[in-house]
Amino acid sequence: MQSYWKRNKTYMLILLAIWATVSYGFGIFFVEQLNAFHLGGFPLGFWFAQQGSIYVFVLIILAYFLLMDRLDKKYDVHE
Amino acid sequence: MSLQIWTYLIVGATFALYIGIAWTSRVKDTKGFYVAGGGVPPLANGMATAADWMSAASFISMAGMISFMGYAGCMYLMGWTGGYVLLALLLAPYLRKFGKFTVPDFVGDRYYSSAARLVALICAIFVSLTYVAGQMRGVGIVFSRFLEVDVNTGVMIGMVLVFLYAAIGGMKGITWTQVAQYCVLITAFLIPAIAISLKLTGNPIPQVGFGGTILGGADSGKYLLETLNQIGRDLGFAEYTSAFGAGTKPMIDVFAITMCLMVGTAGLPHVIIRFYTVPSVRAARLSAFYAILFIAILYTTAPALGAFSRYTLTNALSETPYSSVPAWFGNWEKTGLLAWVDKNNDGIITYRAGAAFAGKPTYSGETGAHGQRLVTNTPLDNANELYIDNDIMVLATPEISQLPPWVIALVAAGGLAAALSTAAGLLLVIASSISHDLYYRIINRGASEKIRLLVGRVMIGVGVIIAGYFGIHPPGFVAQVVALAFGLASSSFFPIIVLGIFWKRATKEGAISGMISGIGFTMLYIVQTKFMGVSPWFFGISPEGIGTVGMVINFAVTYGVSMITKAPPLAVQEMVESVRIPRGAGAAIDH
Repeated sequence: MQSYWKRNKTYMLILLAIWATVSYGFGIFFVEQLNAFHLGGFPLGFWFAQQGSIYVFVLIILAYFLLMDRLDKKYDVHE
Repeated sequence: MSLQIWTYLIVGATFALYIGIAWTSRVKDTKGFYVAGGGVPPLANGMATAADWMSAASFISMAGMISFMGYAGCMYLMGWTGGYVLLALLLAPYLRKFGKFTVPDFVGDRYYSSAARLVALICAIFVSLTYVAGQMRGVGIVFSRFLEVDVNTGVMIGMVLVFLYAAIGGMKGITWTQVAQYCVLITAFLIPAIAISLKLTGNPIPQVGFGGTILGGADSGKYLLETLNQIGRDLGFAEYTSAFGAGTKPMIDVFAITMCLMVGTAGLPHVIIRFYTVPSVRAARLSAFYAILFIAILYTTAPALGAFSRYTLTNALSETPYSSVPAWFGNWEKTGLLAWVDKNNDGIITYRAGAAFAGKPTYSGETGAHGQRLVTNTPLDNANELYIDNDIMVLATPEISQLPPWVIALVAAGGLAAALSTAAGLLLVIASSISHDLYYRIINRGASEKIRLLVGRVMIGVGVIIAGYFGIHPPGFVAQVVALAFGLASSSFFPIIVLGIFWKRATKEGAISGMISGIGFTMLYIVQTKFMGVSPWFFGISPEGIGTVGMVINFAVTYGVSMITKAPPLAVQEMVESVRIPRGAGAAIDH
């Protein structure tokens, strides 16, 4: 069970790192640098701040669900 | 058919639907009343969570706020969605496994202390009450704009309705009504957004049209956002897409507010409680995914709608003689959402940066030389002559884009669905905090099932009356206390729940002193800066974002005090071990 919990924490930390990077990193701290690039009519930093980060949030939560579902089965702790 | 008839028809039909759902899912036991019997499927719980979460502010005000803030609107967009990542990864699965009815339940058991339960209980009630007052006001405002009844009558109708379906159906009734309310509100939000996107950019997907080019008119072929930047430069506003320029919030403040809203979202009791209603830990994780998906549909559309309406409105009004403005201008002038003061007496609307006058418009009842409604507000010393309320961007968009009356009626039903669903969720938290955590757990452990159900229903009634009172007599600080609700939630619950799950060594002394110091600091700062005129002294962070600092203080104090106090009893440490393993969650239990 120790390794189950450890693996769970690893998934969590990786996903939270992505969460912080897209929102605080791309959307706030480096927004001006990213705005030099464009995605169609969007300055890239602005796109991350108002659109991209939200899409990534959805994917993070989906990824966590799928990863944990597999992990639960592997360690036989699912219901 | 006229707009009035359409509105009565659509709003009436949705109300009948909500009551019908509540009646068919009425409950007979406390388990059904508090956690909907624990058998809600993840997809339904996702929708219910989304409706629970998205309030009148999300539906009516957010797109407008973003359209005036430009880039900085991202703090609401990221703040009110990013919290779900924290919720899904750090809280929901474990609280579900723990499997009791309420948040104070977890705090009380994990920290083996009635004092901790009581502190959590007070926080939960305070946060929910401040929030629900705003929702009732929202119901009243939507009623008064679309059905032309008095705001107070609107509040009253809302009170009766919420009481009926929350008291009959409890959590079970609320859950299924919220599912219906989500469907109503998302349809009502998307139809006008798609129509205006199609009209302006030729693209039916607002999220894509937002970054596309303008279809016709003087700016044909130019990128919409680039054009908005140009308009900003021409009229003296900050550029729409650029961050941290003159006149906008500094980076540290945008960061602190975003963080505070995220953490506050994850710590709000009416959101957390929804994860107790699903059958398993797996279902809790899955319903967190559905919730963020359903929320993201509205939250990615809102900034697009904000940009579209900003362009359409500026284009229609700026440098236009008052005599030739579209008919809707007059209609919205009547509601106090638009006003024009002809400062230079040329009969042409001059739209520039800055407020035309201080505060909301108060009309003298007379009309001016060009037929405009005169306001009694003293004009401020700048060139801007136009007052535009945030809320108009969502409320008036269908009219400005000349959509049929049934769409406008649908927007009214959507706004009501958003306000009612959030109000019901909050009232249930208040009722369960008092009837379960206070009455049953602390005052009368021997109460029978029947008595407790009755106390729960009575408490919903009491909650409705208090919320309605504040809806009718809004204290001047309603808008300010919303900041307080998020600040309190982030500086109280979040740190001690996370530490409670991830750190077995966290002790009751640590948690109690952590909660008190986190909240204490946050409250003090908000009172100082909002009510006592002290300027924001902590790195210039505004009161809306100070919960972030309160949260850090709470984490630090809980850690420090836990290290110097006796480790928690073995039974508690074993409980922490067990919440980390999904198997054996069973249904949420009474105890």
